Amino acid sequence: MSDDATAARAAAADAAADANADETGDVDARTGGPALEVEDLRKSFAGLVAVDGATFSVEQGSLTGLIGPNGAGKSTTFNCITGVHDVDGGTVRFFGEDVTGLRTNRVAERGLVRTFQIARELEEMTVLENLMLAPGDQRGETLAQAVLPGFRDAVRDRERALREEVWETLELFEIDHLADEQAGNLSGGQRKLLELSRALLTDPDMLLLDEPFAGVNPTLEEKLLDRIHALQRERGLTFLLVEHDMDLIMNHCEHVIVMHQGQVLAEGPPEAVRDDEQVIDAYLGEEI
Amino acid sequence: MSDGPGALDGVRRRWDAAATRVFGNDPLLVAAVMLGIYVLFTAMTLVGPSGGDLGAIVSNLQAVTFWTALYAMMALALNLHWGYTGLFNIGVAGFMAVGVYAFAALTVPPSASPPGLGLPLVVGIAGGMLAAAFVGVLTALPALRLRADYLAIVTVALSEIIRRSLLSPELEEFTLFSNLGFVPDVTLGSGAGRGINMPTNPSIPVKSVLYTDPGNPAAGGRTVVGKAVLGAAESAGVRETVVSQFAYTLVLVAVVVLFYWLLVRVGNSPFGRVLKAIREDELVANSLGKDTRVFKIKVFALGCALMGLGGILWEAQRGFTDASVTTFRPLQTFYIFVALIIGGAGSNTGSVLGGALFAGLLFQGPLFVRRIVAHLLNLGDPPSTFVGAAAGLFSLELGGFLAYTVNNISELRFVFLGLVLIYLMQRRPTGLLGHRKEAAASVDLMERPGGESDE
Repeated sequence: MSDDATAARAAAADAAADANADETGDVDARTGGPALEVEDLRKSFAGLVAVDGATFSVEQGSLTGLIGPNGAGKSTTFNCITGVHDVDGGTVRFFGEDVTGLRTNRVAERGLVRTFQIARELEEMTVLENLMLAPGDQRGETLAQAVLPGFRDAVRDRERALREEVWETLELFEIDHLADEQAGNLSGGQRKLLELSRALLTDPDMLLLDEPFAGVNPTLEEKLLDRIHALQRERGLTFLLVEHDMDLIMNHCEHVIVMHQGQVLAEGPPEAVRDDEQVIDAYLGEEI
Repeated sequence: MSDGPGALDGVRRRWDAAATRVFGNDPLLVAAVMLGIYVLFTAMTLVGPSGGDLGAIVSNLQAVTFWTALYAMMALALNLHWGYTGLFNIGVAGFMAVGVYAFAALTVPPSASPPGLGLPLVVGIAGGMLAAAFVGVLTALPALRLRADYLAIVTVALSEIIRRSLLSPELEEFTLFSNLGFVPDVTLGSGAGRGINMPTNPSIPVKSVLYTDPGNPAAGGRTVVGKAVLGAAESAGVRETVVSQFAYTLVLVAVVVLFYWLLVRVGNSPFGRVLKAIREDELVANSLGKDTRVFKIKVFALGCALMGLGGILWEAQRGFTDASVTTFRPLQTFYIFVALIIGGAGSNTGSVLGGALFAGLLFQGPLFVRRIVAHLLNLGDPPSTFVGAAAGLFSLELGGFLAYTVNNISELRFVFLGLVLIYLMQRRPTGLLGHRKEAAASVDLMERPGGESDE
């Protein structure tokens, strides 16, 4: 299955690249160089070394897989990149700009947005409210515009526009029937969908997805992957994906980074990584 | 008997329909609860020592409305911090004190002792609110970066520091700028233990509707309105002071409505949505690019300003205060929390209901019970100690124990409060209306685009 799928996807990617070149949209604004560069990243917790000099880069517009055994430092790497943890050493560059040590919200504002391994939905807010929160630069997020009568109409206009965008997203992720549900009542898979759709609504340039498909049914998973590929093509979005499903990684990622004990063990195209002796020893086991 | 169940069903259906109408409509619900409390207090006045005296009934209803309005106001302000944003502020009393003392410093005439700046009332109120907001921001800046528990510790400590400082002789009267030649000296003071007189205070404009000399109603005459209203009241047996207190209570009710309006508006906006998100999971809000620190500081300042205003309307209207009063003690913060917990944190309507139920049933009600029991039953002198009271239990002499209980009902309110809190925590931790389903947008989100219903 994988060879055909890979070939078909490669053809699709080529076509998309051509389309991009023709369109010259905002995708081209940041041409050249990788989207994300992580260099010698270090982080330890009270003596436990979680990330030990990891160095890798993620090409613009790619879907890159980040794999590795439990405890390899994948989630900690995400947390360091997004400013959730202070790093002990190393640098993180996003489209060439040093974002090391920036606060989480500043990183997100620059277009580098993440989801969490264990879905963090805002439990006592509805699904709609969760999504309405996401878009940046909203009128009415300042106290004065929220309260003073003169601004209220403009705030409402903007909210109506956002509402439209949010409903489209809900339909795309097939959770529109849950729109008015408190997010805390959602199932595990639905929470993952909520997270992913919320992250997309921030209009990011790059998404760090921490096991986004855990608990999502296979049909919908395929659909979401299609959507991710479409976003790669149409908006030039870059994805870094932590995932344990090797079939998914092999079939959908252009590039794979393998982490082990806080370091990057190997990286390259899926086929090369799959055949790497070290990777097989550390993570994949012998059957593959 | 045979048609009993059918008739009962009909009654139940009608009752359910009525209940849905009342409980689904916030203003109606508040009105229904207030009506219930009024009926209860009227009944308690009727069986109490003053009997069917109309003046006594009006006076009691005025009192319970007054306390309801004050607690509703404070619960609303706290709801903005704790209910909406999850900021655990247990220094409410301190921010009230800052509001009152800043108000006093601005409005008290320079000739008084302790002196002030002698500015107009409006300046005093605005200044009091700004001062409370300013102190709030100073507190919040270091504490908001830490976990919620630290904010709680910092705020409760601050409220005690403020109260003890205001009682300190060092601040009784002090002069600012005494070494700066180019700025005139300014003498201010807290009055420490002897307190501070506030001849300019929020009750004055209300009294000026009734009296030509509102500062001293007994000395001057009455205005046209005063003549009419007070004349009518007197012929109905309502005392003059009750009328002016009633008028002031109406102002308080108006302020409650204003607070409510403001908070609903804050909540139903993108700003309020971020506040809710901070309460639920601050890291998520951060990850979506929201600078939560800015939101927290803004909302903390706004809530503290409202608490400052609440303090001024609560305490300064008496025309005199000193920092030893209950209004500025941590106990006050606790009372306001109880009101909010009963009503349901997160709900503005719940805050108002909680204020009404706390003020009516837990705070004022038991005192009426004491008067009624003392009036209806001749229990004799209560035993002076609990041992003496309990001894009667063994000999089945319940009178002594009952007398002791009723005599100490003021203190027993705390036991009662504790029981109510334990019950709520076990059975209904979200309070009456704390279902947390308040809208967090300025438009109806369920309105699907493309449908005919869209505007």
